[in-house]
Amino acid sequence: MNLDLRLDTSGDFYARKFQPTKREDTLILNMGPQHPSTHGVLRIILEIDGEYILRAEPVLGYIHRMHEKMAEVMSYPQYLPNPARTDYLHGLAWNWAHVAAVERLMGLEVPERAEYIRVITCELNRITSHLLWWGAYLLDLGAFTPIMYAFDDRERIQDILQRITGSRLTYCYYRFGGVSNDIDDRFIEETRKQCSRMKPRFKMFKDLVTDNFILRKRVEEIGEIPADTCRKYGATGPVLRGSGVPYDVRRAEPYSVYDRFDFNIPSYDTCDAMGRYLVRMDEMQESIKIIEQALDTLPEGDYIMPKAPKKPKPPAGDVYFALEGARGKIGFHLVSDGDKSPYRLKLRAPGFSNLSLFSEVSEGVLIADAVSILGSLDLVIP
Amino acid sequence: MIEAIPTQFIIIFVGLLAVMAFVGLNAIVLVYLERKVAGFIHRRPGPYEVGPPCFPHGILQPFADGLKLVGKQLFTPRGADSILFWLAPMISIAPAIVCFIVIPFGPHLQIVNTNVGLVLILAFTGINVLALCLAGWASQNKYGLIGAARDISQGVAYEIPLLLVVLSVVFMTGTFNLFDIADGQGAWPWQWYIFYQPLAFIIFFICALAETNRNPFDLPEAESELTAGFHTEYSGMGFACFFLAEYAYMVVASCIIAILFLGGFQGPVLPGGWWFLAKVYVLLLIMIWIRWTFPRVRFDQLLNICWKWLIPLAVLNLLITLAVIAI
Amino acid sequence: MIVKSLRETMLGMWSLLVGMKVTAVNFKSTQITVHYPREVVHSLEGYRGHIELVPSDEDPYKPKCIACNNCVRICPSACISLTAIKPKKKAAEKTEAPDSADEVKTKGKKEAPAKKAKPELESFVCDYNYCCLCGLCVQSCPTGALRYSSNVYLAGFTRQEFVLDLLSRLQNQAQKKEQ
Ligand code: SF4
Ligand code: SF4
Repeated sequence: MNLDLRLDTSGDFYARKFQPTKREDTLILNMGPQHPSTHGVLRIILEIDGEYILRAEPVLGYIHRMHEKMAEVMSYPQYLPNPARTDYLHGLAWNWAHVAAVERLMGLEVPERAEYIRVITCELNRITSHLLWWGAYLLDLGAFTPIMYAFDDRERIQDILQRITGSRLTYCYYRFGGVSNDIDDRFIEETRKQCSRMKPRFKMFKDLVTDNFILRKRVEEIGEIPADTCRKYGATGPVLRGSGVPYDVRRAEPYSVYDRFDFNIPSYDTCDAMGRYLVRMDEMQESIKIIEQALDTLPEGDYIMPKAPKKPKPPAGDVYFALEGARGKIGFHLVSDGDKSPYRLKLRAPGFSNLSLFSEVSEGVLIADAVSILGSLDLVIP
Repeated sequence: MIEAIPTQFIIIFVGLLAVMAFVGLNAIVLVYLERKVAGFIHRRPGPYEVGPPCFPHGILQPFADGLKLVGKQLFTPRGADSILFWLAPMISIAPAIVCFIVIPFGPHLQIVNTNVGLVLILAFTGINVLALCLAGWASQNKYGLIGAARDISQGVAYEIPLLLVVLSVVFMTGTFNLFDIADGQGAWPWQWYIFYQPLAFIIFFICALAETNRNPFDLPEAESELTAGFHTEYSGMGFACFFLAEYAYMVVASCIIAILFLGGFQGPVLPGGWWFLAKVYVLLLIMIWIRWTFPRVRFDQLLNICWKWLIPLAVLNLLITLAVIAI
Repeated sequence: MIVKSLRETMLGMWSLLVGMKVTAVNFKSTQITVHYPREVVHSLEGYRGHIELVPSDEDPYKPKCIACNNCVRICPSACISLTAIKPKKKAAEKTEAPDSADEVKTKGKKEAPAKKAKPELESFVCDYNYCCLCGLCVQSCPTGALRYSSNVYLAGFTRQEFVLDLLSRLQNQAQKKEQ
């Protein structure tokens, strides 16, 4: 029996390249890519001393899908279904970033009603994304029940979105110059009903989870990420706001019609997992506020501009469009040479920047805390 | 020839068989109960469609589970110590069965009535720690190893407050005999020891959760951290043995709680056996309910709860008990 | 210090009880599961299933499709393939050489849109294995000859089962309607 487990690192390229610290009595542990708490296909190589992590190194590339390259060989409308796949939990935001980048490059004027519809659907999608994160995070922490309650609401929202967009997860709803379907009275009524249903649910979530003593001990003062570290790694979204920087693209560089709504940017300067947790919980409520305001002031008009280009050929040039996804700043950098497909497309996936923090933050914490930190970053491996 | 075998042995042998049947039956009921309760808490029906429609509400689910486990390939990972690896599940399940021998299920329903029943149970349940440790160690898996290490420190730490609390009850009754302890309490709830020793009851309950590795103290198998902890590498019946043992220990723990604090088989109107069963199952339901409500504690917190809270409180409880008895 | 930590622990214990109350309330409340084989979900309106052909107004057996190939060209997954018989040749076939099956694969070729008689669709196949349900084909169709089906309960053992022959599907549907 080979008891020298330290020798077992001769696995693959990453394991061999992994530089352990100079300590003798450590164990190298491979977490993932099929580990319950790395959510899909992230792999982390850990060097542990007992239960304490000395070094952690995320290994990427298990789900490289070449979305950027695909854009170069597809025409603009053909690429429409792709962005939603990069972040399957907040697909509409990516969809939006894509169409908005093209619109900005072509100088298209999107009808106001379409902008409102985009805001409403995108915020609904944000709620579903945060709900899933909430459930999955608690699953990481060992509570099985919350994810079921989260899915209860999530499914209802998805029903609403499905009626109007046609799909439940990987949406392909926005079009260049508008959206593909108009919303009707039933959508408005159902959304309102869902909004008022959600409000008491937050109370229940708070009772069951947020106030829970055990949970508080698991997230408070765990994984402190100072604002400086966030800046250094380019972390955005709830991770940054949980570190006390109220930066939100919706407020910082307002796109679409977000400047017309009254909503707060929740931020907590505790910098810990609890801060990030609370930011997301508050954000769901803010999203509901935005949706209700948008429904109240929904203008009449076209849902797509009258002469929306079916096959756009944007002029040569480049454009950058950023918006606030559920996980942080989504960026689309589009370079066009006037052809029917982009010359180059660069996606900024917030999950990538947020993940790069992990190596630094997880040094010296317990494995259980590392799981908690990883969960609180809310990663979708793009 | 027959006369050469003492009757005591025959009783024990028959009793063991009965106990095994009881453990198996309990596991079946508990598997079903656990899944159904979880389902109801999640607002879903739990197992529902198993077998032909003449078995409604998925009551065949535990049998289907069992069949699946029996049918699986027994797999020994490369580099594992195969003797220890397969010994561990057996060491885990065997003492659990022995424990039932001394438990008085009813006024006339006890296989062996010994004066050291309580000590015997405490001693045998301790063996489980060894089994889990062996399992984690022998499977040549790092997750298993960490799980085993966790299990040892958890098991050892929680044994102490458990014993201290048991001691305060023993001082009150002056006996280790489970039958006498149960008999000493009255039929009505206010005559049960839970009213004399509420703190001891709470401590014992928490310790029982920890000793049986139930959520929120299921750290040795914390699946979001250690995939499955000590039984990561076990398949089929190896896993089933651990599973069975976990449920058996849950039942043992509930039985002892019922005897020590809830009057055992004592109860008004109904015959004793039914009362005992009802109490045990209420306790089990609470355990299941807890499991589906709370997140898991962290490992150092788990030990802190024990060393900083439970042990001082247990000592305090013991001292108070002694003082009261002395006066 | 001790008082504070005691207080915190007491509050913590209380929060645990509150949590247990929440699960107990949910335990008692009604279930929301849809028992699939006996019940089906009702919210299928607007669902984007795989595409299907829309029958033309005059003949439910004939699709509206004019074989313009717009959908073939736009599909990002390249999962639609169709063949059509050109009407002129078909007419010629009927009079002169009825046996020479001179079908023309129109894939990739441009049809002149100002034809009087529309080309007749011979086959229309959607390889659902690759379809990403984007709906671009439906939107790009000039005659509205495609629509989403609400066929959600799909299951099969082989890939071949999901190469959907939409033309025969249309004919089956029409037959069913007649009965
Ligand atoms: S829905 Fe999209 S992928 Fe599917 S057939 Fe139509 S265009 Fe192709
Ligand atoms: S776009 Fe419409 S009319 Fe043209 S080939 Fe496709 S289905 Fe037929």
